[in-house]
Amino acid sequence: MSQYFDMQRRKFLKSSAALGSLVVGTCFLGAAPRALAGVLTPPSDTAKTANLFVALRPDGIVEITCHRSEMGQQIRTAVAQIVADEMEAAWDKIVVIQAKGDPKYGDQNTDGSRSIRFNLQRLREMGASVRYMMQHAAAKRWGVEPSSCSAVQHLVTHTSGKTFTYAELVSDALSITPPEADALTLKTREEWRYINTGMAHIDLQDIVTGKATFAADVRAPKALVAIIERPPVVGGKVKSVDDTATRAVKGVIDVVSIPAPTGAPQFQPKGGVAVVAENTWAAMQGRRALKIEWDDGPNGDYNSESFKAQLLETVNAPQEMVREKGDAASVLANDTDKLVADYYMPHLTQAPMEPPCATAMYYEDRVDVWASTQNPQADMETVGKMVGMEKEKINVHVTMLGGAFGRKSKPDFSAEAAYVSMKTGKPIRVQWTREDDIQHGYYHAVSAQHIEASLNDQGGIEAYLHRTAFAPIASTFAEGANAPFSFELDLGFTDNPILTPNLKLERGEAPAKARIGWMRSVTNIFHAFAVQSFIAEAAHKAGKDQKDYLLEVIGPDRVLDVTTQNAKYNNYWGNKSVYPLDIARLRGAIEKVADMSGWGRELPKGRGLGIAAHRSFLTYIATVVEVEVSDSGELDIIKSWVSVDAGTVVNTDSVINQTQGGSIYGITTAISGGITFDEGRVQQSNFHDFRVPRMSDSPLDVEVEIIQNGEAPAGVGEPATPVYAPALCNAIFAACGKRIRTLPIGDQLKA
Amino acid sequence: MLTLTVNGKNYEFSGDPTTPVLWFLRDELDLTGPKFGCGMAQCGACTVHIDGVAQRSCVLPVSAAVGRKITTIEGLSEDGDHPVQKAWLDNKVPQCGFCQCGQIMQAASLLASNPTPTDEEIVATMSGNICRCGTYPRIHKAIKAASKSIAGVEYYTPEKEGENA
Repeated sequence: MSQYFDMQRRKFLKSSAALGSLVVGTCFLGAAPRALAGVLTPPSDTAKTANLFVALRPDGIVEITCHRSEMGQQIRTAVAQIVADEMEAAWDKIVVIQAKGDPKYGDQNTDGSRSIRFNLQRLREMGASVRYMMQHAAAKRWGVEPSSCSAVQHLVTHTSGKTFTYAELVSDALSITPPEADALTLKTREEWRYINTGMAHIDLQDIVTGKATFAADVRAPKALVAIIERPPVVGGKVKSVDDTATRAVKGVIDVVSIPAPTGAPQFQPKGGVAVVAENTWAAMQGRRALKIEWDDGPNGDYNSESFKAQLLETVNAPQEMVREKGDAASVLANDTDKLVADYYMPHLTQAPMEPPCATAMYYEDRVDVWASTQNPQADMETVGKMVGMEKEKINVHVTMLGGAFGRKSKPDFSAEAAYVSMKTGKPIRVQWTREDDIQHGYYHAVSAQHIEASLNDQGGIEAYLHRTAFAPIASTFAEGANAPFSFELDLGFTDNPILTPNLKLERGEAPAKARIGWMRSVTNIFHAFAVQSFIAEAAHKAGKDQKDYLLEVIGPDRVLDVTTQNAKYNNYWGNKSVYPLDIARLRGAIEKVADMSGWGRELPKGRGLGIAAHRSFLTYIATVVEVEVSDSGELDIIKSWVSVDAGTVVNTDSVINQTQGGSIYGITTAISGGITFDEGRVQQSNFHDFRVPRMSDSPLDVEVEIIQNGEAPAGVGEPATPVYAPALCNAIFAACGKRIRTLPIGDQLKA
Repeated sequence: MLTLTVNGKNYEFSGDPTTPVLWFLRDELDLTGPKFGCGMAQCGACTVHIDGVAQRSCVLPVSAAVGRKITTIEGLSEDGDHPVQKAWLDNKVPQCGFCQCGQIMQAASLLASNPTPTDEEIVATMSGNICRCGTYPRIHKAIKAASKSIAGVEYYTPEKEGENA
């Protein structure tokens, strides 16, 4: 029976087609959610078994297919840990094969912190089914009961002491009927040997020796390099182009116009002019020599200053109700001493260290693509549309991703490479520069938040009103959409944990005048910043300790079902009975981090501690930051502590590493000047003016504790980010009494 | 025609002498360890050693590297067993890994000139190398560990570690 998921498991599939290997996959049928509905097609008869999940070869080597993209979260290792553990495979006999894009795997969209959540159970069952078949094959050969045979570390042992290696049993196993899922005995938690350990990840050695293959490292086919000049304004078009000087650059081979997109941006290339050259330097020089006149279109008026004013105006007026309980409006109307705060955060861009890059080769009947993509099935669709071919004919090879953070779920770069290859008949590598990445992204939304609260005599929250407004992701998919998708509200807004008799949540509208995308933790970032900052402000007003007050306002242990308060809530597509919004776990994270950080201890002048807690991607997380603010306003982050309850976790070291990294990623929101626009153009261009955290900005110690339990697995990649900025700003307030409501911090501490 | 020395071997280059070393390494020699991250010496992903000292190959023209020894991550050690690489493995530093070759080259250069850097010296030297995954605490820890092994055993010398022409 399914321990974690309310999903329909049906059967396992087995084949001897692949070189006599035992091949096992899982198959989902029926009314599984769209993202889970993948059906395993008959196994490939080619020598490679890469399109199946696990194959035990006659030589005993286990090939495990990883269908999720690797971008530093160590999913390739985690997938292997799960399968190998349940099949009792020896770790040194494991080979991981990176899957191409193919709908038969089900969802491959590696974002939303859900690779383990979607796959832990089925991968365990697949591994366990191989172990079952090994046991039964040995039992049959010996003529004994399967229960008298145990499979441990690539070896089946009978109670008499005789043994067979897995390799010796492969051909016998081919005649064993694979078990129904219900006939499987999964290991107990105590029996796990790989799952829930911090074993080293499989690609480490390749990475430290420079052998890991990222998108730009693909050398076959030997590609020409294309660098593209794109319209500086979203929706803009080329009015005229003079490429005379470009074509005169030595090494430049061709200049190709890329058509402007139509309708909503989706993942379409922005259009522009591609310079194709023998090498990267020539392509860069060639692009510099282009003379292009642009027609900016309707977004040419986008200005971040006036947009900020517009957002703040929106959240200071009544808007559409999202969730309501009691009568917050009248309580607040009668309170002359209510606490009111506006919060603002600019656009940000993901800025992964590896700028977008893809190689493509167009043939008459197919396109081969090599890309650092988070979602190869989106590449299939986007490339297919771009070149006018069915998506089934687009072969997408997934390289290692040099970071992604949501940017590489949008494969405009693969479509560019395919298009230029189609036009030139040559293999093409489209290389984005850092300037391209910063100026032509899918931006984290600019946002404004307005919160009011009425405190009662004990300092508790009697009434609470929160309005949010931001440029919605919805606009990327529906032309001109001003209102957010409901999932954009679900993330840290609709699921507000404050317990109060009167609560009202409203959302405003805002046009998107840039391409809006998701960035690590998405709208949780600005929602958690506002809510967790405001709670600390209310604590101060009530004269109470931040941590005690936070626990007080979220209230006692309970399951919070916001849908009973006139709200729609999708719970990250997680089943509410498996993934309830459990206030006890949020409290647990807060208490744990308070303990870890020595909350309440005496601090020298200029030092302060700040706390923030949040549930995102179904994980409960709490962070404490210690800072020092000098008299002249210099900020130094001394140390951070994070407690994370992600339910069942697979690789404990990866969870710690992601939580440390996600915390430091959160520093970006506090220190970066963000992405700003004027005349529709992004005003930043590289790391000198789009500031990201460096070692000198980061604490050298981010202490992480995993709250271990047997709950269903939740997300790990994203949750550490949203809590960081509010914990940091709460610490700053504790250190020097300055409240930061507008990010970045900038010069606010120096005023 | 320029002659460039990379990882102990000589190569001829007849292209544009303003070509940055990074693109010579990647496009001409297929040495893909040095990465392209910014193109303006802001991020350090392209870091190589020039005569044993860390430099940003994305802004250094090949003409300025003639007669000097270029070392990439591929030439830092025979089998990935440079003390810094070993410390990176022991401390499980990398996440995505894209910046790590540059980080390792920067750290190796630091320890070659200063085998026992202080915490502050490590921060000052490494803050030119960006890691968006945020592995800074582990990088710092790994450098301290490598420092211990280097200082305790022998000083790192480029000649011994594959930087000889």
